[in-house]
Amino acid sequence: MIFPDAFLPYLEPAVDFPTFLIQLLNGVQYGLLLFLIASGLTLIFGIMGIINLAHGSFYMLGAYLAFSLTEGLGSLWLALPAGIVLSVLFGLALEWLVIQRLYARDHLYQVLLTYGLILVFEELRSILWGDDVHGVKVPELLAASISLTDNLNYPVYRLAMSGVCLVLALGLWWVLRRTKLGMIIRAGSVNRDMVQSLGIDITLIYRIVFAAGLALAAFAGMLAAPTSSVFPGMGNQVLIICFVVVVIGGIGSVQGAMIGAILIGLVDTFGKVLTLEVAGFQLLPQLSGVTVYLMMAVILLWRPEGLFGSRGR
Amino acid sequence: MSAAAPGRRAPVAGVAVLLVCLAALLLMPLGVDKFYVQLVTKMMIMAVFAMSLDLLIGFTGLVSFGHAAYFGVAGYVLAYAAPQYQAASLWVSLPLAMAVSGLLALVIGLFVLRTSGVYFIMVTLAFAQMLYFVFHDTKLAGGTDGVYIYVRPDAALGEWAGGWKPFDLENFVHLYYVVLVLLVLTWIFLRRVIDSPFGRVIAGIKVNEPRMRSLGYATFRYKLASFVIAGTLAGMAGYFAAAQFGFVNPDMLGWHLSGSAIMMVILGGMGTLGGAALGAFMMMLLELLFQGLTKHWQLLMGGSIVGVALLLPHGLLGTVAAWWGRRVAAKDSERTDG
Amino acid sequence: MPNDMQNDKKGAKRRELIKAAGAAGLLAAGGGLTNLSLAQSAKVKVGLMLPYTGTFAQLGVAIANGFKLAISEQGKTLAGREVEYVTLDDESDPPKGADRANQLVTRDKVDLLVGTVHSGVQMGIVKIVRESGVLHIIPNAGVEAATGQLCAPNIFRSSFANGQPAYPMGKVVADRGLKNVVTLAWRYGAGEESVAGFKDSFLKGGGKIVKELWLPFPNVEFQSLLTEIASLKPDAVFVFFAGGGAAKFLTDWKAAGLKGRIPLFGTGFLTEGVLEAVGDAAEGIETTLHYGDGIDTPKNRAFRLAYAKAFKLQPDVYAVQGYDAGLLFAAGMKAVKGDISKKKEIIAAMRAATIDSPRGKVTMSKSQNPIQDMYLRKVVGQENRVTGVAMKALDYPPSGTCKMPA
Repeated sequence: MIFPDAFLPYLEPAVDFPTFLIQLLNGVQYGLLLFLIASGLTLIFGIMGIINLAHGSFYMLGAYLAFSLTEGLGSLWLALPAGIVLSVLFGLALEWLVIQRLYARDHLYQVLLTYGLILVFEELRSILWGDDVHGVKVPELLAASISLTDNLNYPVYRLAMSGVCLVLALGLWWVLRRTKLGMIIRAGSVNRDMVQSLGIDITLIYRIVFAAGLALAAFAGMLAAPTSSVFPGMGNQVLIICFVVVVIGGIGSVQGAMIGAILIGLVDTFGKVLTLEVAGFQLLPQLSGVTVYLMMAVILLWRPEGLFGSRGR
Repeated sequence: MSAAAPGRRAPVAGVAVLLVCLAALLLMPLGVDKFYVQLVTKMMIMAVFAMSLDLLIGFTGLVSFGHAAYFGVAGYVLAYAAPQYQAASLWVSLPLAMAVSGLLALVIGLFVLRTSGVYFIMVTLAFAQMLYFVFHDTKLAGGTDGVYIYVRPDAALGEWAGGWKPFDLENFVHLYYVVLVLLVLTWIFLRRVIDSPFGRVIAGIKVNEPRMRSLGYATFRYKLASFVIAGTLAGMAGYFAAAQFGFVNPDMLGWHLSGSAIMMVILGGMGTLGGAALGAFMMMLLELLFQGLTKHWQLLMGGSIVGVALLLPHGLLGTVAAWWGRRVAAKDSERTDG
Repeated sequence: MPNDMQNDKKGAKRRELIKAAGAAGLLAAGGGLTNLSLAQSAKVKVGLMLPYTGTFAQLGVAIANGFKLAISEQGKTLAGREVEYVTLDDESDPPKGADRANQLVTRDKVDLLVGTVHSGVQMGIVKIVRESGVLHIIPNAGVEAATGQLCAPNIFRSSFANGQPAYPMGKVVADRGLKNVVTLAWRYGAGEESVAGFKDSFLKGGGKIVKELWLPFPNVEFQSLLTEIASLKPDAVFVFFAGGGAAKFLTDWKAAGLKGRIPLFGTGFLTEGVLEAVGDAAEGIETTLHYGDGIDTPKNRAFRLAYAKAFKLQPDVYAVQGYDAGLLFAAGMKAVKGDISKKKEIIAAMRAATIDSPRGKVTMSKSQNPIQDMYLRKVVGQENRVTGVAMKALDYPPSGTCKMPA
């Protein structure tokens, strides 16, 4: 024994096994949701090399679109496709108006410009939608829940959301790795001029990628709206954590974002329910807010380019 | 770079402008309301903060997105150093606060400087967020409520000087001039750092780090030194920010403040010390102006930020300097032609 | 009437703008400014430092509306003085709190500073008003220190102290024989003080806290904590959440199947302003608060009608708090017949005032926090229906920590 007993970490044993399994499920499910939100970010980040702080705003935009469109069209099923179309159009316009001027610029200007966009979008949201909290109804078909223990249910909608996240992850991976478009996109992310000189309209490709990334964030917002409700500032809540996901996973890597997201989901989940005391100081759950960032720091020190990142970016 | 290249001529005009600004700052408290004296004090404090960040962003090429951490921690050091309802000695607490900030920058720097580019931006953010949550979630120093510093630091010297008090920080005019002196000292200090051999090495690192490394420079140490200097100066700014309004809060370490600081540096013109200071002044004036215009003033603020990022990549000062450079060049060619 | 107020505000704004622009110019020139500051007018200047942007914007607007309604009900003038408003957005950003409050006090030289919502920003304001002695009314922020350790003669509160709405709930739960309770809240000032208030009376009533659960503010990922609660099987759960977080919590609580299995209690903020958003997830949930929409008194009915007419909005608890801040100030002004220089007399009158509030009679405690009835409310349909009075004339937390200078 190197330390006297009082200095030994004290970790309260996790509760019974079924509860542990449910917590595991919670962690994975939260992770999948994080992946969904972060997927658009890793796309824009990895392929176009743009740091997009306004990503959270796009998430918020999606949630508000889901709210308005569900009210207008009567169902989330109709609101989703309509919302996707709208957000793709918005993405194309924003890329054309603003973002395309950033490609040749340093990351610094991207940080600055997209920081400004956060303020603009938040204020526009306030002007267009007001500052109330709104809710979106879970569609009838998915409103049920499965009973896990004698007093705990798991909502089907959450499971469906996890399913969508998995499908989307596979889809993204397939597009990027197995299609011609994906090949061009990947090539464009490595050497823009080379692709251009091959006669491919890289400007258009970038525009599409940006719109797709924005639409992914908005789609995440739309899907999350029924469980998270719709409220001012909701974008800022997810923004930083999404960056953590992308950076841990390795910028531009879909697999990395998936692993990073699930890691964060688990760390966040268990950080809140475990009790950890060292030398009489309660570290968990008291400092559970720190855990995610601590993990990020540790991973980046171990692998400075993230878990699945390539060196030299 | 284009802004700086023709600039060997600019310093003459630059020095003139600087002297005018300095004279204006020196005379200002004589003629205006208390509020404006306090406002400019705040602006000068933020200018020191922005200049310290500019050393990283503009001169070393390190985009730190967590610079508020060093600013805020120094504020907390002052809060800790001050016994309740009593003043902390300026001569003890200021060096202490700066040392803690510098030490923190050293420790964090050892870790974050192993990464570069986008990863560097994000890791600096991660460390700042960690510190933010430590102050936010524990009762270490008032938790989310923050803590008061009831009395401003006491400038009285020790027994050896008979307890002589050169100035009184409770007096807002004294505080103003103390901060002004610090602003000027910071400027001179950073100027000397940048013009020194050390400064040339970090400038080289900014342009091409691998080349500097192959030339035999231990670039990591240079970057670390730069990081520590910047952190220490940010600490000085944070110390006076906390002293001015007597209040520290976890959000003093938050990413919003780190973001604003980056904005100040770019708005004024990164890579020029005067630019960073100017950016701090402009940013706070804009806030004051827009607040008076409309309830939706954040829209104007956000719009201006977007505008600056798109249209003024070299910031206000950089753009003016470039324009001046072109004008001088044009005049030169006229002279040689005619 | 609202139009007059608008014009007034615009006039004031324009003047401020001229001043600001002038300052910008003069700062560069290093010239003097004194000539620009206007001669002290006969008007009473009220500074409204509230969140007009961001998450709490809705609350800021409701408070400002309520305050202006109360003042306009005093007739054309307030005890013979016209009222001029200076509004300032505090963005709910704590580092800016002291700075902005200072702007209202030293630049605009307001006679009364009303603000704010966010407790962190409030701490900054309290710092400034304690130093300057400017008359101050807190229309929402519940941070207990403001009328506790940091109390001062010029600081009043028209809303509540954080523990105040939670304290009666502890008694309600204990009286129902629910012995084992889990608490859950955000780990920040308001959450901690609410849980402390609940525990205070709940433990006195013989209850036992099985476990205190917390999550970092403003994290809204509740799933792991709900699982923990399900496995602990407590008799009841007490929570503190507000706004968007409250809406998400209520939705998650129902989706996890805990609704109807474990009784859920909270302070009223859990169900304020979110009923439309959460649908039937809030149905039947009981909370305690100092107001309820359906308080059946002539005063409340008249207030709700007047507010709806003036602003085309339904008032909420925040509007009431703003309204009462206005009434409190009016009581002080009337006592001195509009002579704002008699600050001591104004403060004495405000301390002694009995406000005829939409929520019932309100008086000021020794620490100048409201002594008020706490209602037990139950969500029925889209309404927080008042089902009874949980505690009458509650003075909480005890004024012991407040050493009021004479």
